[in-house]
Amino acid sequence: MTFNLFVLPFILGLIFLVVVLVKKNRQWIRLMSTDDRKKLKGWYRSPKILLALKEIFFESLLHRKMFRRNPLLGYMHMSFAFGWFLLILFGNMESRIYSGLWVNPPYYPIFLKFFIHDKHVLPFEIFTVPGFFRFSMDLLLMFVLSGLVLAIIKRSRSKWFGLTKTTQHHFTDKVAITCLWLIFPMRLLAECMTAGAYGYGGGFITQHVGNVLAFLWPLNDKSIAYGFWWFYSLSLGIFFVTLPYSRYMHIPTEVMLIIYRNFGIKAGKEQSPIHEIEIQSCPKCGVCIDICQMNTAAGINDIQAVYFLQSVRNQQVIDGLVNRCLVCGRCEEVCPVGIHTDNQRISQRNSFVQLQKQDYSYLNHEADPQKAELIYFAGCMSHLTPAIPRAMTKILDAAGVNYLFLDEDRSVCCGRPMMLAGKLKQAEELIERNKKSITGSGAKTLVTSCPICYRVFREEYGLDIRVLHHTQYLLELIKKGKLPLQTYFRKVAYHDPCDLGRGSGILNEPRELVRKIADPVAVRDEAKDAPCCGGSLGLLNADRHERDLITKEALANYLDKDAELLVTACPLCKKTFAKHSPLEVVDVAELVAAAIPKVEKETGELVN
Amino acid sequence: MKSFGYTITKDRQIDYDANDRRLIEYVEGIEPSIRICMECGSCSATCTAGHFTDFSIRRLHTLLQRGETLHLRKEIEKCMLCGKCQLVCPRGVNLRNLILIIHQALDKLHHDL
Repeated sequence: MTFNLFVLPFILGLIFLVVVLVKKNRQWIRLMSTDDRKKLKGWYRSPKILLALKEIFFESLLHRKMFRRNPLLGYMHMSFAFGWFLLILFGNMESRIYSGLWVNPPYYPIFLKFFIHDKHVLPFEIFTVPGFFRFSMDLLLMFVLSGLVLAIIKRSRSKWFGLTKTTQHHFTDKVAITCLWLIFPMRLLAECMTAGAYGYGGGFITQHVGNVLAFLWPLNDKSIAYGFWWFYSLSLGIFFVTLPYSRYMHIPTEVMLIIYRNFGIKAGKEQSPIHEIEIQSCPKCGVCIDICQMNTAAGINDIQAVYFLQSVRNQQVIDGLVNRCLVCGRCEEVCPVGIHTDNQRISQRNSFVQLQKQDYSYLNHEADPQKAELIYFAGCMSHLTPAIPRAMTKILDAAGVNYLFLDEDRSVCCGRPMMLAGKLKQAEELIERNKKSITGSGAKTLVTSCPICYRVFREEYGLDIRVLHHTQYLLELIKKGKLPLQTYFRKVAYHDPCDLGRGSGILNEPRELVRKIADPVAVRDEAKDAPCCGGSLGLLNADRHERDLITKEALANYLDKDAELLVTACPLCKKTFAKHSPLEVVDVAELVAAAIPKVEKETGELVN
Repeated sequence: MKSFGYTITKDRQIDYDANDRRLIEYVEGIEPSIRICMECGSCSATCTAGHFTDFSIRRLHTLLQRGETLHLRKEIEKCMLCGKCQLVCPRGVNLRNLILIIHQALDKLHHDL
């Protein structure tokens, strides 16, 4: 007999799950933009699918990124994902031996030990084909159960797994996790009891445990084992039904996300189906909670990416939550799934901040743009730190560059602050106006002092001239020998601004520049792990006190070293740090300007 | 009556009942930092948009307090949200959010105002 009523919960759950998944996926593809759909054309012929499969194997099954973060956490996830995957694979192969068919009913391998009691295979017989499978299946079950034990330990000892704070879960998540945790113990008990009741047919674990159970508990007959087969099937069935509405949806969705990502479909600043796919791919692991400065510095622990994504998924988006984020990109950097948390925030801000129209007609009355080789754009923030543009103009004069200081007295905002607030349309208007004056000048290079401007110039302006941050440009000048420098050996700590380091990947140029003039000390969190200064324009609704806490925590990263000077490459970081820093805070440009022999006297405050 | 060229000036007392407080109350509820504004005008002095027009955040505050919604709606369109005002504010008023909340209030209370 190869059918029993108890398989029904499993079968119905599986059918439900497959229908929901197919429907969702079709909906996503239908809603995709034509551009994105074009990228998927002929996907089965493209070599990209192989790359995607490789990534799926390493990330979805082996959890390589999790391993890098914490080996115990990685092992826990791997034992569940890879162990379960192998159980399904080996179970299917084993069942083929007994059925002799190419196609089995899907429940057959899952409940094989209920249907088949093979007298001829001994528990430790591993050199025959059926014996090998029987042995492996028991071993794999133990592998998965070891993960379960770790998952239970993680509840109370999350620090061992590298997590200080873990995610608070919703009701459906709790139902799903209960079922998930029950599946494998139920399977173990069902198989043990069946093997014990028959006296044969089990693997090296199930048979021996079954024998002991049968000895200790003589009443244990086949009907009790039968009950456990029901429990096993029920926990599987309920898990499958709750899966699409719980965090476990990340299991199937992450696979799709990896495929789409490999085909170049990414979550941008405007809503698209890929945003929903990313949201569904969030496993709520909580890695983003520990890294978030809002949590570590200001004790705000309900707004992190995991909660934000959850609120979007449950369609309970609150603007207060969405706006309460530095958009510094630290969570994006550590997210094991690779969710674009910054763009997710911006796209949500965009979708609910449907504001009044803006009126920038007053910007029209600009005179004809001047012509120049190079444009220097200080940016709004640099106007609040006049030492930076002063240093830059001194350097440019000293190097004899033919430049135009585009926003010397009347600056137009670059549009990124507007964009961070989610007002993409209004930002577009500012971008258009700036673009006109930039292209009108006929310049071949655009140099800016502000990483915020730099990022938007590069990402959104679509300029066909070179766009450089001043650290890049100054290094170039020095390398070309246009800037005579004298070194002065002061120990300095370099702070990576979010939009320059993490945001634009400019990590080496400022460091190289600093090394040419001063003596940089090593700091704890640097490069892509650098903290946000707390002044971020991405954070919309924090009070001054909360910002101060973030700034002070960030400063601690640089203060306990023997640095005499805190160097940064962003006017906003400089302004924010200067408020609390016992060290003098300077921009790299100021360092360079001070190191030019001719201007040494004028910037005496640096060289002394 | 003989006219001597003098007139009686119109009544200039402020009618507090006519002052529409809904907007300011909505804004204060979400961004209470507006209450600590002392109208020093640093925001207006540094304003990026203020370099091109007579746009002034300080005046926005006055308009908001007075409930002059129509005027406010026209003025606020000019802001570029660059955030300089917030950085120079000596009181730490959360000005960027304030602008966003005013927008939101104008949007939400659209039919009433």
